[in-house]
Amino acid sequence: MLVIRSCSWVKLWGNSHPVRWSLPQVWAPRSPHRGLRTSPCTSKHYSFFKELDREFVKFQKKLKESLPSNDWSLLSPTASLPPERADVVIVGGGVIGWSVAYWLKKLENRRDGLRVVVIEKDPTYAHASTVLSAGGIRQQFSRPENIQMSLFSAQFLRNINEHLGLVNEEAIDLQFNPSGYLFLASEDGASVLEENYKAQREQGAQVALLAAEQLKKKFPWICTDGVALASYGLENEGWFDPWTLLNAFKRKAQSLGVYQSHSQVIGFKQSLREMTTEDGESVNFRRIRHVVVQVPSSPETHSVECALVINTAGAWSGRVAEMANIGTGDPGSLEGTKLPIEPRKRYVYTFHCPDGPGLDCPLLIDSSGAYFRREGLGGNYIGGLSPTEEEEPDPGNLDVDYDFFQQKVWPLLARRVPAFESLKVRSAWAGYYDYNTYDHNGVIGNHPLVHNMFFASGFSGHGLQHAPAVGRAIAELIVHNEFKTLDLRAFSFKRFYTEEPVLERNIV
Amino acid sequence: MMPEDTGSHSDYIPPVSRVIVPFMWMRSSRAASLAVCVQTIGALPAVTWGASRPSSSSSSPVSAVRHRLMDFLDKYFYDIEAAISWSVRLKQWNLRRKNAHYAYTERRYGPYVAAAYFALSKRGGVRFQGHTDWLRTDSKGQISWDFLQLKEVPVECVDLSESSLTFRGLDNIVSLKELRELYLRRCPHLDDWALSRLYVFQDSLEVLSLAGCPRITERGLAALHHLKNLRHLDVSDLPSVQSKGLVRILLEEALPGCHIVGLDYYEGLEDDDSRVVPTADLRH
Repeated sequence: MLVIRSCSWVKLWGNSHPVRWSLPQVWAPRSPHRGLRTSPCTSKHYSFFKELDREFVKFQKKLKESLPSNDWSLLSPTASLPPERADVVIVGGGVIGWSVAYWLKKLENRRDGLRVVVIEKDPTYAHASTVLSAGGIRQQFSRPENIQMSLFSAQFLRNINEHLGLVNEEAIDLQFNPSGYLFLASEDGASVLEENYKAQREQGAQVALLAAEQLKKKFPWICTDGVALASYGLENEGWFDPWTLLNAFKRKAQSLGVYQSHSQVIGFKQSLREMTTEDGESVNFRRIRHVVVQVPSSPETHSVECALVINTAGAWSGRVAEMANIGTGDPGSLEGTKLPIEPRKRYVYTFHCPDGPGLDCPLLIDSSGAYFRREGLGGNYIGGLSPTEEEEPDPGNLDVDYDFFQQKVWPLLARRVPAFESLKVRSAWAGYYDYNTYDHNGVIGNHPLVHNMFFASGFSGHGLQHAPAVGRAIAELIVHNEFKTLDLRAFSFKRFYTEEPVLERNIV
Repeated sequence: MMPEDTGSHSDYIPPVSRVIVPFMWMRSSRAASLAVCVQTIGALPAVTWGASRPSSSSSSPVSAVRHRLMDFLDKYFYDIEAAISWSVRLKQWNLRRKNAHYAYTERRYGPYVAAAYFALSKRGGVRFQGHTDWLRTDSKGQISWDFLQLKEVPVECVDLSESSLTFRGLDNIVSLKELRELYLRRCPHLDDWALSRLYVFQDSLEVLSLAGCPRITERGLAALHHLKNLRHLDVSDLPSVQSKGLVRILLEEALPGCHIVGLDYYEGLEDDDSRVVPTADLRH
């Protein structure tokens, strides 16, 4: 395949044509302009093509005979390669990546003004955080920006067919379950919960505070020992199907002309410029010129010339940033400031309990951090718990530790809901959090030195629900050069250097 | 230049057919899918006008017309697609307009009159507290404006049946703190999101009818657990609700004092084992 790709005449017809070897037919002698091409050289050229075409047909026949029932073709392995040039390359085709792509196309000021490519290494999304998440959406955050992003996302999801609907396709059904989040707080946490509640009401979220007695009255199946206060989301909270949202974004973006490529980014080609600040300090400015990608299971690499790169690689965005020489300078300097995002493994357990809470079951988050929610109506629930720093599991694979449920999660759940003493684990899966070790919040905006790399990652578990808002914010930053609707400057990369953490107290 | 023996000639042909045949197939299937779409939108007369002109080579007039129709649809594929997407957007805009919040009326006359005006302009009805008869539009759709005097009288019952009510349209009635009866029969745009907003009536609502709403599912019905004072709930004829018997049992559990009409115990109880299994279970 390498030989064929390097033939210059093959390149003439572009990368995307599926039956490249049959195309010389178009140039066959029935062309009306034949009179212009009567030199012996041209006719020789023609016969060369004809011979070649015939050889290709023979070769293909032979191949089919030797490999029956195999649709592998020697000549079309490059279908998933990206175009050679693009304006914006989005690294990571999760829900955030596709949302950014959609909003870029939506906000571009003329049709096909931007050529956007989304690069995703795994088209099956087997390890993607998007589809392995529990799919919740809530307004109960402590930062006003997070609350506003959730409010916008809820509005977006409610009218999803106005935004992402396609002509001639079925309406999108997100399978939204409108059941609120219920946060429980102990004596120590009650004041924080109340402050958060005030912030949420101020931003326009519909949340109610419940004292222990009210809680017991509303949800008789909860054991309220040790609970001082609870906050319950009344509107725009619940859970939905992440896969549907991802696909809706993807299909809409593709219909608007976004390219996708199933390949892996292995590096960047950058240009370097040294500059001195007013204080006489020298700073290295870098600019990404090419993104180098590799097709999986092939040594072939390909570089995409680009103007902007958006790092939406989620849990792996730290690694992508490193490829762009972010965090490789002296520690303590801006060049040496790393993107503090790393993958963390989180388990989600499915369990069955016939006597568990019924229709009124919210997504309950205990003061201990354990959570569960209803899944369907047949007495099935899913739940989990974030492990402590010390017992953080190895994120190398996605194997599930069932003992963790037995030893850590179950006692907490059974203490809160006595009916869960008789639960039975059905199955479990593990997914990755794109964990921001600095302040558990997303990074939105470009890097101060590698000026054309934008970040939209590190959301530490609430990336799915903020995807519509984050996509819009990044697109505004690119198209209008500033945030237009929501001011998210607090989430910029600079905060890691200037040490201004954006603290979010409601992290699950 | 031409191949000499027939064997190599037959070798020569396949590449072309391989290019052309899928392309032809794509053309016709694309046009056919558009034809279906155009029919649903109601733009077909404009299309058949182009195709029904007398054709000169009519061995079979039907197939000729069909051929020309397909040809037309194929030729103007992107134009028709754009027209359809505009008509969809127009519909969405119209729906938003119909569900606009009557903020001016609410400021000027208070929430009760505003809600009554909203319901009447949607061909619905209202009943004020202390009145026995419903206030409705007459057969010509005219409204008698006497209710403007009832600024201070709370609205007890609202009937918005067969209206295009959505989540957004509920803005107009959520401020009715004394609402006791709400009828939302056969509302084609009422969905689960809208149901989740009925919690605002949790202290007052006694009668609720959702009969015949095609978009309501069991996920939205779960949000009715807030309505602790509900005495009568009509959930008959909801085509999107799955495992109806189970939903009924769970609803009765969540609303102990409520009389539920419409969902039968035996509906969907035999074959819903597969439906109740969580999707996450199947996925992993």
